[in-house]
Amino acid sequence: MQGFRFRCLESKTKIQRPKTKARLYVIDMAGKKINWYKYASPAAFYPLAGKMIPWFAIPAALLFVVGLYIGFFVAPTDFQQGEAYRIIFIHVPAAWMGMFLYILLAFYAGIGWAFNARLSSMMASSLSITGAMFTFLSLVTGSLWGKPTWGTWWVWDARMTSTLILLFLYVGFISLQAAIDDPRRADRAGAVLALVGVINVPIIYFSVEWWNTLHQGATIRILNKPTMARPMLAAMLIMLAACWLYSIAVVLVRLRCIILEREQNTAGIAEAAV
Amino acid sequence: MFRWIVARDLTLAWRRRADVLSTLFFFVIVVSLFPLGIGPEMQLLRSIAPGVVWVAALLASMLSLNRVFANDYQDGTLEQMLLTPQPLYLVVLGKVFAQWLVAEVPLVLIAPLLGVQFDLAPNALIILFVSLLMGTPVLSLIGSIGAALTLGLRGGGVLIALLILPLYIPVLIFGAGAVDASIIGASPQANVYLLGAVLVISLVFAPWATSAALRISLE
Repeated sequence: MQGFRFRCLESKTKIQRPKTKARLYVIDMAGKKINWYKYASPAAFYPLAGKMIPWFAIPAALLFVVGLYIGFFVAPTDFQQGEAYRIIFIHVPAAWMGMFLYILLAFYAGIGWAFNARLSSMMASSLSITGAMFTFLSLVTGSLWGKPTWGTWWVWDARMTSTLILLFLYVGFISLQAAIDDPRRADRAGAVLALVGVINVPIIYFSVEWWNTLHQGATIRILNKPTMARPMLAAMLIMLAACWLYSIAVVLVRLRCIILEREQNTAGIAEAAV
Repeated sequence: MFRWIVARDLTLAWRRRADVLSTLFFFVIVVSLFPLGIGPEMQLLRSIAPGVVWVAALLASMLSLNRVFANDYQDGTLEQMLLTPQPLYLVVLGKVFAQWLVAEVPLVLIAPLLGVQFDLAPNALIILFVSLLMGTPVLSLIGSIGAALTLGLRGGGVLIALLILPLYIPVLIFGAGAVDASIIGASPQANVYLLGAVLVISLVFAPWATSAALRISLE
């Protein structure tokens, strides 16, 4: 299987480019060629990630401050929900991030499995914790918002239920990887589970949706308003951007830790870590 | 190959009859615990019956899944099966089918009897039987992915539940939903069809994923 796949890959590159080597060059500002495939090696990516982290962490912090300021002081009070609605500025971005990061995780895990790329698999494991954190955060903030608005901490609403199941999927992925000692096997097993999970996500989502309509009839809809005030939308989008940048920064930090842990004996890591 | 695997696994199961019976009794006991915990009101019991039977079936199938590959893995037979020129898909399908026959079919057969304990109407009993008959193969198929992934790991039993139970949710919803619908007098058709769709999808994809997982675990 593995050998067959590899051969496919080779023959494809041969057909496309018969003479040059399969490399992706990008010319940088000084006119030098950079080989981007170089950074698929953990040892080469380690210093690059170190340089990239501040570029994501600092804007993330700034955007959090700006977004929260607009959210708390500029955005108007909602006439139906009062001040309690302001929790959506963290709740909605967290819920989105929870979903996107799972898809991203499956993507990276799949790439890592198919092309035997260690760095992608490491990326998937470092994404899993951040994704689970955001999913958990969206559940907590959701129930905090539900108490004053719906009068209850928890409703078996379709969205809440499927978010809960998403959290279970993250927990499954993390605990499977934690149970396997050999990192390469952990990567591949995690990839199978993540891909099966990703196929299942839409099925789970729709089944929960139908289950919900069967059992409860009409439920309360979140944010059923046709339009949002402009500062509200702005605050939410800024917070979303902040969450993205935060995720990238944190995932890179965790990726560096994983690289250090796994590649201790690889040449190049010892100098890079200094 | 398929027939050979099925016959072999059935013979092995027949020599360890106690395992089969313990799964069956686990199912019966779990279902019987609910009235004791909730109280003997028939109206309430009738409305929770589909969910209770289905959840118990999910848990019972967890118990037997560990054994699908574990014994063959320990004595090295599984490795030999992977080396045969026959497609692994067929081997997996055979083992899953044998597991279904041994562990799940008895549950399906006894479920209507448990339904009677919960005072279900005859046509709800039929739907319960049909939905379990269509849903339990899906449990075995999806469960085999988890069994293959956790092969030889410490704490495999609990881990497999963590991995697989969330993936069982659609089956639970459609299966229990079909019985629910027939209790309240609606048509269970939609849910039964959806269950059929899930069965077809998992029949195509699950053995493939299981083969991939086996290759990873045995590397």
